Amino acid sequence: MSAPLGTGLMRAAWLVFERDVRLALRRWEQVSHPVVFFAMVATLFPLALSPEPALLRSIAPGVVWVAALLSSLLALDALFRADLEDGTLEQLLLSGQPLGWLLLSKTLAHWLLSGLPLVVTAPLIAVTFAVPAKAVGTLMTALFLGSGVLSFLGAVGAALTLGSRRSSVLLSLLVLPLAMPVLIFGARATDLAMHGQAANGPLLLLTALLILSLTLSPLAASAAVRISLE
Amino acid sequence: MATWTWFHKLASPPHVYRIAGQLLPWFAIPAVALLAAGIYGGLVLAPPDYQQGDAFRIIYVHAPSAWLSLMCYTVMAVAAAVGLIWRMKLAHALAAATAPIGASFALLCLATGSLWGRPMWGTWWEWEARLTSQLLLFFLYLGYMALRAAFDDLQRADRASALLAIVGVVNVPIIHFSVYWWHSLHQASTVLRKGGPAMPMSMLTPLLMCFAGFTLAYAALACVRLRGEVLRRERQAAWLGELE
Repeated sequence: MSAPLGTGLMRAAWLVFERDVRLALRRWEQVSHPVVFFAMVATLFPLALSPEPALLRSIAPGVVWVAALLSSLLALDALFRADLEDGTLEQLLLSGQPLGWLLLSKTLAHWLLSGLPLVVTAPLIAVTFAVPAKAVGTLMTALFLGSGVLSFLGAVGAALTLGSRRSSVLLSLLVLPLAMPVLIFGARATDLAMHGQAANGPLLLLTALLILSLTLSPLAASAAVRISLE
Repeated sequence: MATWTWFHKLASPPHVYRIAGQLLPWFAIPAVALLAAGIYGGLVLAPPDYQQGDAFRIIYVHAPSAWLSLMCYTVMAVAAAVGLIWRMKLAHALAAATAPIGASFALLCLATGSLWGRPMWGTWWEWEARLTSQLLLFFLYLGYMALRAAFDDLQRADRASALLAIVGVVNVPIIHFSVYWWHSLHQASTVLRKGGPAMPMSMLTPLLMCFAGFTLAYAALACVRLRGEVLRRERQAAWLGELE
C-alpha cells in the first residue's frame, strides 16, 4: 500500500495509522495478550457455574460481551502510554496537524488491533458455549460495532488518566459506566439472534453509538491530551 | 456591557465567598421550612395509598432525591463547561462542591428505592431499568470524584474532571431515557404525565413541597461547600487575613 503524498490531512492520518499498526505488529504481545485474556475470562464461567450446554447457551451473549469489555479495557493501556513516555504524543501535538484528527487515526488503528482479534476469536468461544451457528454472524457484527465504540470511549478515558496516579484502575472506573449501553445492546442483539429473531434494532443502536463516539470522542480525547501534556 | 459585570465579578474568590455566605440563609431557612411542612404533610396528613398503603410515603424522599441526583449532574457539567470555556476557577470549585452532594442524593435514591422494593416487589433489589440507570449515575459520580482525586495539581484535576463531566452529561440522557427503551417493572411516572398527575392534591402538595425543599437544601449545601472549596483553594491568599 502506498501512502498518500504531500503534507495534507490524509497523509498525516495515514502515517500515524501505519506507525501504530507497525509498532503493534512488532510488539505482538500488545495485540495477543488481550485476546488470550478474552478467552481466559470466558473459560472461567463454565468452570464457575456448570458445564451444562443449556445453561451455557443462555449465558453466552453476556459472557462474550463482559469478556470483550474487560479485554478492551486491558488493551486501552497501550493506546497512549508508550507514546507519552517516549514523547511521541508531544510531537503529534506540535506537528501542526489537528490533534483530534491524528487521535481519530490512532484510535482507528487501536480498533483494528484490539477489536478485530476479538471479532475473530468470538466464534470459537461461541462454539464452546453451544451457541447456534445462525447467531454467530450477528455476534461478530455486534462485536465489530461495539469494539469500535469501546475504543473511542476508551480513548477519552485513557487520555484523561494519562497524567494521573493509579491510572489503570481509574481508567476502568471512568470507562465502564459509559460503556454500559454498548454492553446492553451488544448482548441483546446476540440474544435476539440466538432465538431466531431479527436483531436489527440493537445493531442499529450500536451503529448510532459508534457514529456518535467516532465523531465526538476524538475532540474530547484531544482536549484531554492537551490537559495531560500542558 | 454593564450587564456583564456581575458575571465577571464571579471570577473573584472574595466576592463569591461573600455572596455564597449572604445567599446561604435565603436558601437554608425556606429549605428547612418546606422540608418540615412537606415531610409532615407526606408522612402524617396524606391519606394512605389505596394499593400500596403506607409504603408509598417513601416517594417523599425517593422522588426528590432522584430529581436532585440528575440536577446535580447537570449543574456540575454546566459549571465544568463554564470553567473550561471561560477559564473560571470558581466554576470548577462549584463543580467540585456539587459532585459529593449529587453522589449522596443518588445513593439516597438507591437506598430508598431498595427499601420500597422490599414490601412492594418482595426483593431488596430488582434489576430494572430505572434503578439500574440510577446505579450507573452513582458510578459516574464516583468516577468523576476518583479522577479529581487522582491528580496532585489542582488545575489539571479541574480541567480533566470537567472534561469527564461533559462527556458524562452526553451519556446521562441516554441512560435516563433507557427507561423508555427497556421493558420495565417500575412504576410509571406519576407526577409528569398527560392529563395531569394521577395523585390527589393531599398527596401531591407535600410532594411538590419536598421537591422544592430538597432543591433549596441542595442550594444551601452547595453554598456551604463552595465556601469551603474557595477557602481550600485560596488558603495562601492575602484577602483571607482580612476576614473577621
